[in-house]
Amino acid sequence: MSRSDGMHVIVTLVEDRPGVLFRVTSLIRRRNFNIATITVGSTEYEGISRMTFTIYGEERELSQVVYQLDKLVEVVSIVVFKPEDMIVRELALIKVSMPNNGLQSEVIEKVNRYRGHIVDMTPRTVTVELVDTPDRINKFIEEVGKINIVEIARTGITAVVRGAEPTVKGVGING
Amino acid sequence: MRMSGAEALIEALKREKVNLIFGIPGGAILPVYDALYDNGEIRHVLARHEQGAAHMADAYARVSGRVGVCMVTSGPGATNTVTGITVAYMDSSPMVTITGQVPTSMIGSDAFQEADIVGIVTPITKETFQPRRAREIPGVVKAAFHIASTGRPGPVLIDLPKDVQTGEDDIEFPEKVKLLGYRVRAEPDPLQVKRAVEALLNAERPIIMAGGGVIIANASHELRMLAETFMIPVVTTLMGKGAMPENHPLCLGMIGMHGRYEANLAVGEADLILAVGTRFSDRSTGRFDEFAQDAKVIHVDIDPAEISKNIPAHIPVVCDAKRGLASIFEEAKRRARKRAKTLWAKRVEELKEEAKSVYDLKGDLKPGVLMRMLRKAVPEDTIVTTGVGQNQMWAALFFDVYRPRTFITSGGLGAMGFGFPAAVGAKAAAPGRLVVDVDGDGSFMMTSQELVTSMAEDLPVMAVILNNGWLGMVRQWQTLFYGKRYMATDLSGNPDLAKFAEIHGAQGFTVQSYGDFEEAVKAGVKSEVTTIIDVRISPDEKVFPFVPPGRSLREVITHE
Repeated sequence: MSRSDGMHVIVTLVEDRPGVLFRVTSLIRRRNFNIATITVGSTEYEGISRMTFTIYGEERELSQVVYQLDKLVEVVSIVVFKPEDMIVRELALIKVSMPNNGLQSEVIEKVNRYRGHIVDMTPRTVTVELVDTPDRINKFIEEVGKINIVEIARTGITAVVRGAEPTVKGVGING
Repeated sequence: MRMSGAEALIEALKREKVNLIFGIPGGAILPVYDALYDNGEIRHVLARHEQGAAHMADAYARVSGRVGVCMVTSGPGATNTVTGITVAYMDSSPMVTITGQVPTSMIGSDAFQEADIVGIVTPITKETFQPRRAREIPGVVKAAFHIASTGRPGPVLIDLPKDVQTGEDDIEFPEKVKLLGYRVRAEPDPLQVKRAVEALLNAERPIIMAGGGVIIANASHELRMLAETFMIPVVTTLMGKGAMPENHPLCLGMIGMHGRYEANLAVGEADLILAVGTRFSDRSTGRFDEFAQDAKVIHVDIDPAEISKNIPAHIPVVCDAKRGLASIFEEAKRRARKRAKTLWAKRVEELKEEAKSVYDLKGDLKPGVLMRMLRKAVPEDTIVTTGVGQNQMWAALFFDVYRPRTFITSGGLGAMGFGFPAAVGAKAAAPGRLVVDVDGDGSFMMTSQELVTSMAEDLPVMAVILNNGWLGMVRQWQTLFYGKRYMATDLSGNPDLAKFAEIHGAQGFTVQSYGDFEEAVKAGVKSEVTTIIDVRISPDEKVFPFVPPGRSLREVITHE
């Protein structure tokens, strides 16, 4: 069973006003919603940010999350997808310790196999950058082995829907 | 136009047709109060505690249907409004709270009387604003009033840093503001209306459950048309009390934990529930999974987040209650004729008859009898506010309400202390009508300082205090569920309430018999000053019927 079972991705466009992230997280806490990740970034529209959430849960909780988020005045539009209908990516920076030289070539081999990059190196560590699905990043971490890992920094996912259409339409933003 | 932020605020409020503000000034809101000084159009009612000001603004809104405005200073002034804002939020009341704030340069420094009120009230408001320049104020006020009063109404807070109030700016007053993410679905989906009507007309035992949304949307007429034409009985929630005249043959009164016996039983027997403008609160439904198990549920509500939140809806209709009821009525009339009395309507009459023996109305100073006497003694358009607890439930059970917007109570939050300030706010909204606060001694004492406001601002009301010397509802639970171990519920240290009234310049009566009560009420109705009627009821009086928490509405207890 992969980690993405029962996972949904919620993509919202929100007005970039002070306090909007607070309003969203306050709502999630208050309503007891089970949100796994949130990412925030800028968009093609001025003054509009994009928030991407991943949530594991039943349909009923999912629709509550969507309806309650949609009620927030700052939330301009909101859509939900299953991850398989999207290009889903996460960035991870993983610092790996290497007590001996044998391990070094093994790690480099794995980095290449996972199409990662080594972005920093010291006599005792390498720092690996991976851009991939959360599942693949998990697998990489598993393969390297927890014992060798000094630090993991992950961004949480961002995603776009497959195909030619935009994931979420900015209704009325430019009009 | 060149003006200060404070002047811009007052001008913007005037443009929203505000003529009344409930509040208390303080350092961080002084520029606005100074701008009010020269103004002849807006009346300011000086409350004695900010919580009182907030309840007044809330009740003003519920009675008038307009936005209630409450204004306070930063820090403690702002935090004191929190209970009032939460009441308004839970009961979907349109209120705008304006708070002073320390200057922008000081925000975050833990300055004197600084409180992060925007952070504090975010979970209990529909929206908050903190303009950073005077020129933003008119747009913010426009947006705040629009958001508070449309869709599912609710409280909005505007936090005004002091330098934004004093700052001179070029001010323009927009006619409209653009709110990209704010949409109100007023009109129902015609397909869902058709499905709803089909189910409704095919049902053998349909019932309408009317919530506060029917009152907020001014949809009482539409409700009555639908009920009368198709012989559909009506039950209400606590918030829906008054949506249908309670002396109407098709009205069964309130359902819920302390709902009327006949209403709870009828809901249990129904095969279809048309729920309008209600969020299916646990206090209305009892156990969710046993609520009207065999009934099909049509849920009409303007807030899509309420659909299937507590009770799964078979047919959701997302729209304003007035438009929803009107559309269902029009569609039903196209398909069917007016109905004569049905078997189900007869069954409802039977239930009403059966219920008569259930209520405890024999003996001295019975709360139920007192409420019925009060009903007979006051005009039809009298506005009743309540405290919270036994007094509230006795009023809900036994004081029949004939008109919408005349029964004002803290339903969702259940905030003791609401009743008296709410009565003062209601009087300000309807100066020509009688306002009666039905209260308990515990509730009344929580905000009794507003008696001063009532006297000083010439907003006379009548308070009927069902005084049992205890925190009555808590005591009732201690009696029934905690082996009569009365921990911390004895209020025998309270003052004599008639004397308490007199030292405020109000009229006070102590009532120990039905005869006393009749006379005191008669004097209160005629009085031009506030009247406090202290009714010494027995501490053993309990609210029945009672559906214990976590039980189904069928498991109703009718006596001890």
